[in-house]
Amino acid sequence: MPLTMSSGLIALEGVAVRFGATTALHGVDFTLRAGERVALVGANGCGKTTLLRVLHGRLPHEGRRLVAGDLRQAMVYQRPFLLRVSVWRNLMLALWLAGVPAAERTARADAALARVGLAGERNRPARVLSGGQQQRLALARAWAVRPQVLFLDEPTASLDPGAKREVEQLITEFSAEGMALVMSTHNLGQAKRLATRVLYLEGGRLVVDLATNDFFERPLPEPAALFLKGELPWSA
Amino acid sequence: MNEGFGAALSTAWSLVIGFDARLAQIVGLSLGISSLSCVLAAGVGMTAGAWLAVARFPGHRTLVAVLNTLLALPSVVVGLAVYLLLSRAGPLGSLGILFTPAAMVIAQTVLVLPVVAALTRQLVADAWHGNGEQLRSMGAAPFTAALLLLVHERLALVTIALTAFGRAISEVGAVMIVGGNIDGVTRVMTTAIALETSKGDLPLALGLGFVLLAVVGAINALIALVQRRQGTHEAAAPAAALPAAA
Repeated sequence: MPLTMSSGLIALEGVAVRFGATTALHGVDFTLRAGERVALVGANGCGKTTLLRVLHGRLPHEGRRLVAGDLRQAMVYQRPFLLRVSVWRNLMLALWLAGVPAAERTARADAALARVGLAGERNRPARVLSGGQQQRLALARAWAVRPQVLFLDEPTASLDPGAKREVEQLITEFSAEGMALVMSTHNLGQAKRLATRVLYLEGGRLVVDLATNDFFERPLPEPAALFLKGELPWSA
Repeated sequence: MNEGFGAALSTAWSLVIGFDARLAQIVGLSLGISSLSCVLAAGVGMTAGAWLAVARFPGHRTLVAVLNTLLALPSVVVGLAVYLLLSRAGPLGSLGILFTPAAMVIAQTVLVLPVVAALTRQLVADAWHGNGEQLRSMGAAPFTAALLLLVHERLALVTIALTAFGRAISEVGAVMIVGGNIDGVTRVMTTAIALETSKGDLPLALGLGFVLLAVVGAINALIALVQRRQGTHEAAAPAAALPAAA
């Protein structure tokens, strides 16, 4: 049965992903609903990025992935790829690739740069921006295409506290505009601040799926509880 | 012998410094033919290399292996093949361009095309491996993404073009066969050096040798400059933007 915007934006049913002999995801069932902010947490290698890529439709998989209608989606990768052109051209190219009519591109690029506070960097080469600015540019590029769902892979990894705060602020503002968000993070504080729902993965399995308050207040299965206390080994 | 060599060196130097008309004509023709060949090879080879980097079809691996093998294509073999194509009895004999600069351009284009295509393919394939998914995620079709990666890697493309130019201008076999080394018409630096040396006219051969070395040296300097600029560009990208993979 096709999804509708009211029943869910994206649904996974029994999704599994294999990389050669390694199974990165095992039988994941998940439905993303409109307006949700979902945080994916878990140890390194637990399948967070793989799940994001499957949700975004970028990875072959077993099982079913259902998408509501003509859903607009964008993803900001952990290491955003910026072309060796100016900040402005990076935005214009993204809008061109997304099929935005030529007449609208300039205004939307201007608005996106202003939105993330990079209007003054318009003509600078994108790859000489600071780490925080590059992340903001990647967010602007995603925001400019007006996605209904935004996927974020470790959006603040390796950023200094100031840049981290700026990026979190933008994510919060995007969500307030009605965008559904799915983000992977190692930062539990960030999950608590930004998410309405937390998914805990372990060894490619979706082990816990709870509203954020419940995740941080209810008793959890042992591995998730250990992870929460910071006592889980690095690798899952 | 040493006196003769010294005198030849001195005469060669005065030919270069004095901008000798005969020498200038040969150098100009060499630069023109090799430049045009590289422009043609760059246009075709970079597009084909980019396409080959992202396209997947039966026989793709074989085609890549053949292309990589053609990197070592001997110039005399290219000369022979182009000669057969352009000779009166050949399929393109009606064009009547054998022993003209046009034939030399064709031969040099064929010679450097695999160099440009193979190096571009490798360059784009590496960039595609790391970043192709993100471009696809933004809505780019594979070939569009490959062309964007060409823009992204344009400094490396300059290096490839210069490498191809270095190969073209320093080869002798192909242009000798299809050009015929006709004085004032198809005589280029390498064929002139070969001829003048065999005739014992060392000053002109040495003078041309100096110019050829200077051209190749300038190309190497340009490549080093481009690579240095690329390195500076990359170094300017902050480490904070390059977190470790999860």
